[in-house]
Amino acid sequence: MKKKIKIKINGKLNIIDERTKVSVLLRDLKVPLRKVAIELNREIVDKKKLNKIFLKTNDKLEIVHFIGGG
Amino acid sequence: MGTGKYKNMSECAKAIKISGAEIVTVAVRRVNISDKKKPLLMDFIDPKKITYLPNTAGCFSSKEALRTLRLAREIGGWKLVKLEVLGDKKNLFPEMIETLNSTEILTKEGFKVMVYCNDDPLMAKRLENAGAAAIMPLAAPIGSGLGILNKVNIQIIRKQTKLPLIIDAGLGQASDATIAMELGCDGVLVNTAIAKAKKPFEMAKAFKNAVVAGRQSFLSGRIEKKIMGDPSSPIKGII
Repeated sequence: MKKKIKIKINGKLNIIDERTKVSVLLRDLKVPLRKVAIELNREIVDKKKLNKIFLKTNDKLEIVHFIGGG
Repeated sequence: MGTGKYKNMSECAKAIKISGAEIVTVAVRRVNISDKKKPLLMDFIDPKKITYLPNTAGCFSSKEALRTLRLAREIGGWKLVKLEVLGDKKNLFPEMIETLNSTEILTKEGFKVMVYCNDDPLMAKRLENAGAAAIMPLAAPIGSGLGILNKVNIQIIRKQTKLPLIIDAGLGQASDATIAMELGCDGVLVNTAIAKAKKPFEMAKAFKNAVVAGRQSFLSGRIEKKIMGDPSSPIKGII
């Protein structure tokens, strides 16, 4: 069994497998990559590099998109 | 037009179409991970047809605003953005010191920054010097519907700048947009006045007509104001 780690996605606690790539997590969450921006620990992540970054425990991931606003 | 406060996204999209608006403001918010069936704004309003203007509405510091707009640029590559740094939760007036600092930083980073500001000509000048792409003074507090409270200040700002001047916030009815255009503004940004009207589609059409009327009126060169009357019919030949 794989070791688990705790991360926060959009402020909510999530338990995921250790050594999960950001790209894999986003694919599992069915995030439409072309319509979002990704921030990891307050740093914007280049979407081309998502498959090179492994998530670590206590990482804070933000996934944002456009919604209606004034 | 703003895209907030509508009953749903299809109502918003229809109102935008009717209004003829070319640019819409959008907010940057967290994706709802648990409910993937929630409709996306981009499914209703095509960013290839209507220009998306990411806005920092809800930001109360330069730090938050910069973070928001850097993320916005990442979503779609947009460099044209609207900066709005608020200073007070009740009146929603802009925090102008933070706004000015943010304008400078964003301009240096290559953004084209349309700036929500108060109707102070001196501050508008400072924003222009800091590299603002457009000046967007408020008519009145956001969502108040009070219309343009200080026409003189708007006229002074118009005289001093060649930048696009767009009235942002506080309009309540179509005639407010006409007044803005008659003062020489290049456009208006409207959200609540249309979204919260009893008939949003009718109001969207009214605003469209009002903007056109105001612009034509401005370009036509109005008559001078006089204190005394001036008869429309000739005096000569009177019986």
